[in-house]
Amino acid sequence: MHTQTLAELARGLAAGAFSSRELTEALLARIQAHDGALNSFITVTPERALAQADAADAARARGEFGVLTGLPIAHKDIFCTQGVKTSCGSKMLDRFVAPYDATVVAKLDAAGMVMLGKTNMDEFAMGSSNESSWYGPVRNPWDVRAVPGGSSGGSAAAVAARLLPAATGTDTGGSIRQPAALCGITGLKPTYGRVSRWGMIAYASSLDQGGPLARTAEDCALLLGAMAGFDARDSTSAGAPVPDYRAGLEAGLDGLRIGLPKEYFGAGLDAGVARAVEAAIDEYRRLGADVVEVSLPNAQLAIPAYYVIAPCEASSNLARYDGVRFGHRCEAPRDLVDLYTRSRAEGFGAEVQRRILVGTYALSAGYYDAYYLKAQQIRRLIHEDFRRAFEHCDLIAGPTTPDVAFDLGEKADDPVALYLADIYTVAVNLAGLPALSHPVGDKGGRPVGLQLIGPAFAEARLLNAAHRFQLATDWHRRAPQGFA
Amino acid sequence: MSMGPEQVAATAQLARLALRAEDVPAVAGKLSAILDLVEQMNAVDTAGIVPMAHPLELSQRLRADAVTESDRRADFQAIAPQTADGLYLVPRVLE
Repeated sequence: MHTQTLAELARGLAAGAFSSRELTEALLARIQAHDGALNSFITVTPERALAQADAADAARARGEFGVLTGLPIAHKDIFCTQGVKTSCGSKMLDRFVAPYDATVVAKLDAAGMVMLGKTNMDEFAMGSSNESSWYGPVRNPWDVRAVPGGSSGGSAAAVAARLLPAATGTDTGGSIRQPAALCGITGLKPTYGRVSRWGMIAYASSLDQGGPLARTAEDCALLLGAMAGFDARDSTSAGAPVPDYRAGLEAGLDGLRIGLPKEYFGAGLDAGVARAVEAAIDEYRRLGADVVEVSLPNAQLAIPAYYVIAPCEASSNLARYDGVRFGHRCEAPRDLVDLYTRSRAEGFGAEVQRRILVGTYALSAGYYDAYYLKAQQIRRLIHEDFRRAFEHCDLIAGPTTPDVAFDLGEKADDPVALYLADIYTVAVNLAGLPALSHPVGDKGGRPVGLQLIGPAFAEARLLNAAHRFQLATDWHRRAPQGFA
Repeated sequence: MSMGPEQVAATAQLARLALRAEDVPAVAGKLSAILDLVEQMNAVDTAGIVPMAHPLELSQRLRADAVTESDRRADFQAIAPQTADGLYLVPRVLE
């Protein structure tokens, strides 16, 4: 059962080939057997999962079910789950049990999904390698010497290793797409506002967006349909109606205009990754797409702008961790300032502290215009670049990452080197656009991802293109050795 | 632009982070490298460009001024480090 996608498992449940309890037990046993090598879960919730599975089986027996009823999911440990620890990968929240469910969690619960646990992640979603987690790094199932990417690295590794078919993630600067690429799976970052941020622990609020990681575009479509929608509890939730993302999956790609930004194929792109991406573009041509060159002239400015805006928003969002109302508190504080400063220094890891310091500095008196305002002006230039490019194409395609997964520890002491690997993903968050990464090849046994970027609310178009690609190819079906 | 140890210490004070004195030089080095990276922004002239704060650029939605939440103080205080009689306890501020 572990090799099947959500869509295949749904057919099995509907046909009575197995029950949700049998499926849940099989996957819990698989997590138990294999996750020691990966560290992809922070918390596994077998009792809750089996109770949900029994409830799903009972609902199905009564005739009350939807397509997701009884299917397994894991949530990135950034989504609040009532009664289950939500750590955000941080010592700060090691003992935090949320008093409420995130909207995404509540919606997938209501759809009848079975939560198997909470997945490992970079601390407060700040990282691209999953090495900043307080719970230790996650390993890439394709090569356990390699990072899985981040920050949704636990979700990506678990899905790639066939521990379960799908998981949720969040993407502030690439944190769904980059680990999806490095682990050889499919991940979708929706349009900003498409999926509610309620109960999703905040990193950079104008960039954060939740979305699905799965092995196929079809499964991402299934999940997005259940995750998306207006939520009055999220002040920036989009009101646009949620289409049936599965309805358009099969449409042909004849005449689809795919734009290749010349800036995404220049210096800095690994030759092996470029070859795999170009082969995928050729496949899209064979499927009927017209490929045109486009330009995103300010592409090189996305990283500098992102690494101002995200830390500024983070320094503000993370001010709430004060050791008073929840989260880590230091021992025997001398006074209130000592309580704040030691609780925060003990609770936050090095990368989180760096981003808080960069943000605090950039927002401080005398520096605001030079950093924050300048970055927001560049954000508009980047937004305008995409708007102009989409006058000439329906989707933009390019590599998700400049190279395949690197080794654990390789960039651990060099934050700037790690930041530079986000070159193709952060601009999408600055512009608020939807984007998807799907597997298109490998280099030395480590997967390569292709990124498709769409105009706002064009998730159905992204999913349609990736689904047609996956009908014609088998990269998404390849499993890492030892996890087949 | 490089950040010296004094600037790092002052910023840590603003951010309410207790840095150990022996860590300050290494932190200053990493923060300076990050600032060098972000200063590539200065290569482009942005005079007259309206800053973009948010991708949706919508005005803030308002809701009716009505009570929507129930009293869950006990739930919220159950996860607090230290409480008594419904209050959060912190070190004494006034003698």
